[in-house]
Amino acid sequence: MKDNYPKAAARFLRDAERAKWHDDTLWMVRQKRDANARSIPEWEQLRHLASQIKTHTLLRLDHYLEQFADSAAANGITVHWAADAVEHNRLVLEILQSAGVKKLVKSKSMLAEECHLNPYLQAAGIEVVESDLGERILQLAGQPPSHIVMPAIHLTRQAVGKLFEEKLHTDPGNSDPTYLTRAARRHLRQHFLTADAAMTGANFCVADSGDVVVCTNEGNADMGVALAPLHVVSAGIEKVIPDAGALAVYTRLLARSATGQPVTAYTTHHRAPRPGCQMHVILVDNGRTDTLANPEHAQTLKCLRCGACMNTCPAYRHAGGYAYSYLIPGPIGMQLGMSRDPRAHAGDIPACSLCYSCNDACPAKVDLADQTYRWRQQLDSMHLASAPKKLISRVLRLLFTSPKLYENVLRLAPLVNRLPRFLVYNRLNAWGRDREMPPFAGESFTRAWKRGKVKASREKSK
Amino acid sequence: MRVGLFIPCYINAAYPEVGIATFKLLEHLGVDIDYPLPQTCCGQPMANAGFETSALPLARRLDALFAPYERVVTPSASCAAFIRIHHPAILAGGDTGSRAKNQTEDEHPCHTHEKIVDLCEFLHDVLRVTALPGVFPHRVSIHNSCHGVRELRLSSASELNIPRYSKIAALLALVRGIDITEPERPDECCGFGGMFAVEVPAVSACMGREKVRRHLATGAEYITGADSSCLMHMQGIARREKLPARFIHVAQILASGL
Repeated sequence: MKDNYPKAAARFLRDAERAKWHDDTLWMVRQKRDANARSIPEWEQLRHLASQIKTHTLLRLDHYLEQFADSAAANGITVHWAADAVEHNRLVLEILQSAGVKKLVKSKSMLAEECHLNPYLQAAGIEVVESDLGERILQLAGQPPSHIVMPAIHLTRQAVGKLFEEKLHTDPGNSDPTYLTRAARRHLRQHFLTADAAMTGANFCVADSGDVVVCTNEGNADMGVALAPLHVVSAGIEKVIPDAGALAVYTRLLARSATGQPVTAYTTHHRAPRPGCQMHVILVDNGRTDTLANPEHAQTLKCLRCGACMNTCPAYRHAGGYAYSYLIPGPIGMQLGMSRDPRAHAGDIPACSLCYSCNDACPAKVDLADQTYRWRQQLDSMHLASAPKKLISRVLRLLFTSPKLYENVLRLAPLVNRLPRFLVYNRLNAWGRDREMPPFAGESFTRAWKRGKVKASREKSK
Repeated sequence: MRVGLFIPCYINAAYPEVGIATFKLLEHLGVDIDYPLPQTCCGQPMANAGFETSALPLARRLDALFAPYERVVTPSASCAAFIRIHHPAILAGGDTGSRAKNQTEDEHPCHTHEKIVDLCEFLHDVLRVTALPGVFPHRVSIHNSCHGVRELRLSSASELNIPRYSKIAALLALVRGIDITEPERPDECCGFGGMFAVEVPAVSACMGREKVRRHLATGAEYITGADSSCLMHMQGIARREKLPARFIHVAQILASGL
């Protein structure tokens, strides 16, 4: 079982230099995002529109999904429906097996990660090659992603150099990014040329045209799809949007929010299979309709998967993606993990100081911090609440509902200032681990008021 | 206009001078101010930790206590935000805190959430103060607390593409001799976050140390803000780290000379 967020974050922070690098690097991405957002005068209207269009689409999801499926089918795409991860994985395998596929190149797909597709296909004897550079690095290292847009952000170039040395036989000690990228490209090119099928996710499924839109920076998704005779797309059902007008809103927001670029290097519309080739789209529910039916958390489905909430989240930046139990970390990951399995992911819920920065950074205005607050309210009834926090809350309730007791405690509090340090600063006092206690006043405001000192202080200065 | 003063629990216990400064300032501005008793807490510490049920009796008490007043003023952006945003739902059944459920006021006569204002809001938006008598010849770094920025909108959040403004800076500028500055990352969280500070102490303290250093890097003599809770956390950090940081609530600067 994974450590909960507080323990895992404390471990991450022990390597102070690396932790600072992680925080600075992601803050730099946030600053690039800010600069890009400010370059567009209508930015806030775009966010409003993005939220409204997603809300509208989600409220008529059945209609737009059927429209998309019909449009895609009319364009020659085979459309499949998967209720859950098991059905999704089975469908992918069936499609690959019926085409005799031995090697599959994949571009990044968080949905495939969500369904644990890779190990399933590998167990069935299919070679799976991740083609996104970050994902490929992680596949070689045998690690999961730590960020949804920059999956290997936790690794320094030196670590990547060492990994490539071992796996791709690059020059020892060479961690020059250009050198390493070229080595990865040479290595991946062989896989592109020999793959039997390509798989991508989808950023958007456009209902009225049947287009599957994929936004990438490396062009690897396009390379894979252009060379292989079979293209399989996995898309969550919340990826559907009405039309090209809606798409224009989202493409203006997505890259600016994600990486601080005006637009991704490639925005590819996959509309139909090439002559003689096949294209399949699998539309996946896997719990999304349950989320849609939950008014407190339905807004999660508006998410564009840009990662802006992670880059701005101080709890994420200071802990790294692996401090979270769910495969998607940060504010959005907390919501997605809890929607999937509260028992498994309640340990992520402390990862929030309720600073609300995520709400303001989100291009689709998902109410992330509010949802975290709401999940906290639900933990007790699920028997998942933290015992110390519950105890503290009970003590505070007793104290604050008994004015006499409260007043006496206020009167005695200054004694804490004079207690021997070992009595105040010990293992039981989490506040005092890294901080001094607040200096309790010799006379509380209430007492000063009762003794007429507050009013007198005003009189004196008149 | 009869105004009730709400003094949050930690100000009452650790920073009574903030309450006294608030009282003096409001009296000076001709406000008919009263401090009804007994006061304790708004319930935010428990609710943010996931125990709105423990906040419910406090919300009820607060509501009854301030029923006779037209306005409730508090020198705490965070408490004002909590009462305004969360009390209606807590009082209306209190099970979830959903902002969508705020529409049952007829059954529950709760009005404090409509009357509560943070001191800076009250001075800037209600009284529209344009002159203050004080002199404060010091360089101060404004601590833009999260709930002040992103719940009460006391200043423009750095995430948003909206015209830049700061009600706190506008008020401080009325004090003669003051030199106002802001740290790098001007509205990033200091890591306090209520029980976050004790549940995730490693992250909370790391954020606090960075925040205090960024404030000090401005060359400020004082770190000031509308939330004593953030200041209390940073003060604890600064004292432990032996950093030469001094903390003062906005109310104390605005009331200087009174």
